[in-house]
Amino acid sequence: MTSYTVGIVVFPGSNCDRDVSWALEGCLDIKTKFIWHESSDLSGIDSVVLPGGFSYGDYLRCGAVARFSSLINALHDFVRTGRKVIGICNGFQILTEAGFLPGALTNNKNLNFICKDVELKVHSHKGGWFKSFIDKNITLPIAHGEGRYYCDDYTYKELLDNDLIALKYIDNPNGSTHEIAGILNKEGNVLGLMPHPERACDKNIGGIDGEYILKNLIK
Amino acid sequence: MSQFLVKVFIRLRPSVLDPAGEAIKSAANKLGVDGINSLRIGKLIETEIEASHENELKEKIELLCDRLFANNVIEDYEFQFEKK
Repeated sequence: MTSYTVGIVVFPGSNCDRDVSWALEGCLDIKTKFIWHESSDLSGIDSVVLPGGFSYGDYLRCGAVARFSSLINALHDFVRTGRKVIGICNGFQILTEAGFLPGALTNNKNLNFICKDVELKVHSHKGGWFKSFIDKNITLPIAHGEGRYYCDDYTYKELLDNDLIALKYIDNPNGSTHEIAGILNKEGNVLGLMPHPERACDKNIGGIDGEYILKNLIK
Repeated sequence: MSQFLVKVFIRLRPSVLDPAGEAIKSAANKLGVDGINSLRIGKLIETEIEASHENELKEKIELLCDRLFANNVIEDYEFQFEKK
């Protein structure tokens, strides 16, 4: 797997970039490269992770400023080539703000920052992200204050009709529309999700369901 | 070129739940102020912008609002301006 390189984008305020690197390099033996947000050079990168954190301090709205970075501009061409991109937590917020994915993420219904393991149902197998989980539920940790997914009825129908709802919460923790925890783009190569797969890659820290998702970055 | 003082108001769309507004409403009730039927929180952005005429100014403000200041999935905006 050494010929395959996953780029991990680092924004000012990212704080899960090193966790993602640990999960990919340490648990999955996948080579990673940190990419500063001001770079637009994605040459030699086979797939990209937008990690969690608080890019640009979450000023204005989560992900609102990050979408104007050079890297995100370059990511549009990268996605068009069919290569995979996963946005985790703040990365998911950036993907919606930048228009890669529909809808928006806003304050949790109960206003709490929620940090706990949640059970999720896998709804779509598009893009091959969840092929180990056909007809199974998975458990991943969440850690967010603004993870309530919102979309209007028209967008929800689009998501349903195109099989783009990747994950739903079993017990909706944040008030998300239709319990949505993660969605895909129409091509299936962009996945955004609020739960943190990189924090579920070792049995000693609670589970390995995340490992099965992240390893599909290279398939 | 003229200088304009611009105020942009950004509000959550009526269909979007505003839990922070609900929390403030609850606190307002605890303060002893009754009769508060609804309370929603928005944002105010004040900015000074140069433009040669009002139409150019409006184009600039609308671009800023559509692409940056507001997320039109969940928010509406309106603005007012005055010449400095």
